[in-house]
Amino acid sequence: MHSIYQAIEQLSLGPWGRDILFALAVLVVAAAVFMVALTIAGVLVWVERRVAGRVQSRIGPNRVGPIGILQWLADGLKLFMKEDLIPECADRPLYRLAPYLLMVGVFGAFAAVPFGQALIAADLNVGILYILAVTSLSAVGILMSGWASNNKWSLLGGIRSAAQIVSYEVPAALGVLSVVLLAGTLQMNGTEMAPGIIRSQGGWPWQWYIFHNPFALMAFFVYFTAAVAEGNRTPFDLPEAESELVAGFNTEYSGMRFAGFFLAEFANVYLMSAVATTLFFGGWQVPGLTPAEMQSSPWLQLLGLAVFVAKAGVGCFVVVWIRWTFPRLRVDQLMGLCYRYLIPIGFACLLGNAAYLLLVPAGSLADNVVHWATAAFGLLVLALFFWRVGYHLRRSGERLDLDLLARGRRGPFEPRWQHRAWGAHRRQAAKEA
Amino acid sequence: MGAVSRYFSAIGRTITTLGDGLAVTFSYLFRKPITIQYPDRLPRPLSQTLPERSRGILEVDLDICTGCSMCAKQCPIDCIDITVEKQEETKQRFITRFDIDIGKCMFCGLCAEACPSGAIRHSHEFEGSVTDARRLVLHFADRARPTAKPPKKGAEVKTAPRGAIVRPLLGQPDEPYRPPVKVALPAPPAKPASEQPAPAAGEGAAKESSDKKDDGGSK
Repeated sequence: MHSIYQAIEQLSLGPWGRDILFALAVLVVAAAVFMVALTIAGVLVWVERRVAGRVQSRIGPNRVGPIGILQWLADGLKLFMKEDLIPECADRPLYRLAPYLLMVGVFGAFAAVPFGQALIAADLNVGILYILAVTSLSAVGILMSGWASNNKWSLLGGIRSAAQIVSYEVPAALGVLSVVLLAGTLQMNGTEMAPGIIRSQGGWPWQWYIFHNPFALMAFFVYFTAAVAEGNRTPFDLPEAESELVAGFNTEYSGMRFAGFFLAEFANVYLMSAVATTLFFGGWQVPGLTPAEMQSSPWLQLLGLAVFVAKAGVGCFVVVWIRWTFPRLRVDQLMGLCYRYLIPIGFACLLGNAAYLLLVPAGSLADNVVHWATAAFGLLVLALFFWRVGYHLRRSGERLDLDLLARGRRGPFEPRWQHRAWGAHRRQAAKEA
Repeated sequence: MGAVSRYFSAIGRTITTLGDGLAVTFSYLFRKPITIQYPDRLPRPLSQTLPERSRGILEVDLDICTGCSMCAKQCPIDCIDITVEKQEETKQRFITRFDIDIGKCMFCGLCAEACPSGAIRHSHEFEGSVTDARRLVLHFADRARPTAKPPKKGAEVKTAPRGAIVRPLLGQPDEPYRPPVKVALPAPPAKPASEQPAPAAGEGAAKESSDKKDDGGSK
């Protein structure tokens, strides 16, 4: 995107023409990013429901579109047609404003998400700080919606959410700070001369920041836990706890406003995965290729995009998977986890990283050995995990079913209602008569 | 155990137990879902997979029906309507009407219990929705059927496969209503075995009077 802005700068259109063109280009880019974010959020809704289905021995939506992938469009259409209710005693302006604030908080952050080497709407020099700052806006939106609904469940949800987001901002920032310390910059992509966070990593796992040293590995888990909590996702979904608060802060919302909350939540899942990918997993870096090589070919750029989306997709899957595995925390457990565990560990990680940078010279043999050892440890944990999965599969005694999409085959028989348009009999009778 | 070791063992237990929980749910991704994708994505029609004794829509095999009307008498809601007529010339009894209103039927199974030959029974069919309520009355006697002799005790009765009789009668949901065909007794033949329908206006009127007589007689 940067090249578009530069091209406009160079056009000789006079001051006004250039400014108008620049504004137009910014609007187009913003609209494109918004659309991409909306689509990702929509598809994630479907992914969540399919994964939830499989975890619960169900199938999930598989009828709208090829494998049910258009389910979110059908849901969106349904919500769009619904009545937009505003409670009688609600604070009307605030009630209307709240979902937009939440959406701005989440979708605004997408401006600094590096989808690829060139595919970043604005490669700010304070990129990660901008994301942390803008996403905090969603706390205001949630608290506002809770207050303005004039409903006890909403208010409780809003208060819980505010407490939670304010608390978990600290460990999230500490986790991010560890990476900022390693990279020495806040910028996402950067340039050849001044590499940002992604460029200073590499394509191979041992070049990622997550395996930079043991403290970075711990920092990732601190960041990820805090990000899940900030996004109000299970097991930290106290603000919208269905079993206690109906739907928490969005209890009173309906129609498109509700859809706004919903999409913002799922866009936020992608956002946290994308940020984790950027900070810890090497972003769009393709193994075996340097950024300079990738710059030359648009196909390699697309490959970088695919790599980024795949990494972020795995992150999204983990977030969804966590939701359907863990039970919800109690309020005191939630705060205990943050203040007794995550914050001290986060500080320890920060100090550990700083000490590591001081003691181990970058690029030395010791440095590389630590990278390799940490990556090997990660691999070991992963292998242990899959061994446990195999153990549970064997213990269940069930046959392995690799039809992950559970398409199901159409039967050889013709069931009632199928393959026959409504009223076909009437039309045939009319033709015969 | 000191506070410090408790602190770290809590972290350790958290990581291992949560990890194992994740392994359990991950293993479910590779297990077969138990959902049955009714109605179109099944290896066999669902009616064929129902338990043997499930009570679906009633059906009657008129080839073995004795015309005794026990089922109609047993029915607590009178959803079975039977007419048995006697051909004066040959003294043979014919079933000219066997209607079951499945809109009324409560699937209690008393009729099937009462049947001496097993002619009336529950099929495994259950998809009976129609767009015209009159179509819920199933007319099993499409022509006059001679009554069968009651089977001897313990003898095996040959009958059509379960559901084969009622399935074509149910038809498609949006088929238009067609009034039932008027069933007439076959013309008195020279050879009594033949069963050729020969409807005639004069005969029909004569039958209706005999119909009432027959009804009285059967009760």
